[in-house]
Amino acid sequence: MSTQAMSARAVIPPSPGTVERVRNAVSDALVITWRNLLTIRRLPQLLVFATIQPLLFVLMFRYVFGGAIQVPGVDYVNYLMPGIFAQTVAFGAINTGVGLAEDRGKGLIERLRSLPMARSAVLAGRTTADLTRNVLVVGLMLAVGFAVGFRVQTDVFKLALGIVVLLAFGFALSWVFALIGLSVANAESAQAASFPIMLPLVFASSAFVSTTTMPDWLTPFAEHQPVTAAVDAVRALVLGGPWGTEVLTTLAWSAGIVAVFAPLAIRRYRLG
Amino acid sequence: MSAIEATGLTKRFGTVQALAGVDLSAAEGTVLGVLGPNGAGKTTAVRILCTILQADEGSAFVAGVDVARHPQRVRELIGLAGQYAAVDENLTGRENLRMVGMLTHMGRRAARTRAAELLERFELTDAGDRPARTYSGGMRRRLDLAAALVHRPPVLFLDEPTTGLDPSSRTGLWGVVEDLVADGTTVLLTTQYLEEADRLADRVVVIDRGSVIAQGTPGELKRTLGATIIEFTIPEPAEAARARSALAAVPGTVDGEDGLVRLAVTDGGAALMDAVRALDAAGVRPAAAAVREPTLDDVFLALTGHAVETPAEEVAA
Repeated sequence: MSTQAMSARAVIPPSPGTVERVRNAVSDALVITWRNLLTIRRLPQLLVFATIQPLLFVLMFRYVFGGAIQVPGVDYVNYLMPGIFAQTVAFGAINTGVGLAEDRGKGLIERLRSLPMARSAVLAGRTTADLTRNVLVVGLMLAVGFAVGFRVQTDVFKLALGIVVLLAFGFALSWVFALIGLSVANAESAQAASFPIMLPLVFASSAFVSTTTMPDWLTPFAEHQPVTAAVDAVRALVLGGPWGTEVLTTLAWSAGIVAVFAPLAIRRYRLG
Repeated sequence: MSAIEATGLTKRFGTVQALAGVDLSAAEGTVLGVLGPNGAGKTTAVRILCTILQADEGSAFVAGVDVARHPQRVRELIGLAGQYAAVDENLTGRENLRMVGMLTHMGRRAARTRAAELLERFELTDAGDRPARTYSGGMRRRLDLAAALVHRPPVLFLDEPTTGLDPSSRTGLWGVVEDLVADGTTVLLTTQYLEEADRLADRVVVIDRGSVIAQGTPGELKRTLGATIIEFTIPEPAEAARARSALAAVPGTVDGEDGLVRLAVTDGGAALMDAVRALDAAGVRPAAAAVREPTLDDVFLALTGHAVETPAEEVAA
């Protein structure tokens, strides 16, 4: 029997309409989100580990280096904590890639790729679950901040807006690491490939010290990169002062990162 | 109608030609066994048919649907289970099955019912609410197979389903496959075990280095080779040569190497008697004798002249 004849006779199910496709894509992403959140519930130690590193940074910068760092007109702990929050979501985004690389290594992605689910769902579900995890981690870090003397100088609404901006920024970064996680051989490589990207972004930023203290050749980078934008936005919101431009810049960075990296990551997923 | 029809599949990974023009065909409700050593291209062929990978050349239809042109529709018609037992370790067995149910869009309630049904059928009900990481290898494999069956696919791909399983789990899994086929499911099964292909497959395709080197029913394949292998250990070369010429009178194929004289026959019992008599008449006293089923190694040796090698890993993209 020729294959042409066969395909002509075959009963091909009707192609779903756009509305149904979008509904399925959302539902699939929610199923994967549920699955990833279950993992966090089953292994709460993951959440604890996620907060240990930023916690150590808080203690180190608050009590070890803090005395040596002078920021005019502001208590260093109040200056520091917005940087810590941004650092937390930035490093947290690496987990997105590590988790995906792990799923791939275990053959789970292979199974999911053989299912009639939306191609975007595995990634959207992962980044959404990581966003939810970030809510918990940022909450914990906020508590840590209050414990070491951090005080919001504005009001609770501005603090809330700051957290929303941070979460949006973390969600955007997740897509960068999703692409990396799908491109490397295993979870260890995902981790190893991600740190060299994240480290300079976090440390050559305004997170811990003012960018004006950096050498001339570094300042242009430090002042015009996304982590600095996020830190400055949150800092303006919790310490007071003009914040509109800073918030918009961060949201623009976030939107831009998603616009570039989400299609790349989904394409990578499609290709296997 | 053919449930699986692939023509001229080729796939290259860098410098490795994983598939060099493979044809596969399975009639509805039958089992196609794809036999071959590690790295032969079996998994690559399955991944192409399951829409996970795109072939460089060639065409493939599953249940009449073109895998390259309508992959999403093919996915609605297939189930995939394999040697990697791709279940989520942190989810319970029940949650794993419900997840697949939800992802195949059967609805929340139907997914729940189907999960309970499959746990029951695969004797996992008691373990159903424990995380899968606490499961034994056999239980994991059963859960993996159950996950492939959630949406009742008419075509099932099993990639080395029993590799690494203990004999009793293996027999249990064979029973499940037989039941599925009795219900009309078409199965493509890759395996390294001749015995497994023999037990389950209606037709067998033997793949080596990305090409089909033999095909037919298990019976036909074995006849080309002999159904039984009789081996005599004869360390003394002169005596071994004498044994070989004596055994030439017995219907079958004689070969062997370093102190081993091997006779492949179709009619095991009678041939054994003839062989013993022939050796006795020639005054040959073997140090040891063994009668066994042909293995994949024998098939390969007979078909390709080289033994089963395990060179590069089956290449994963």
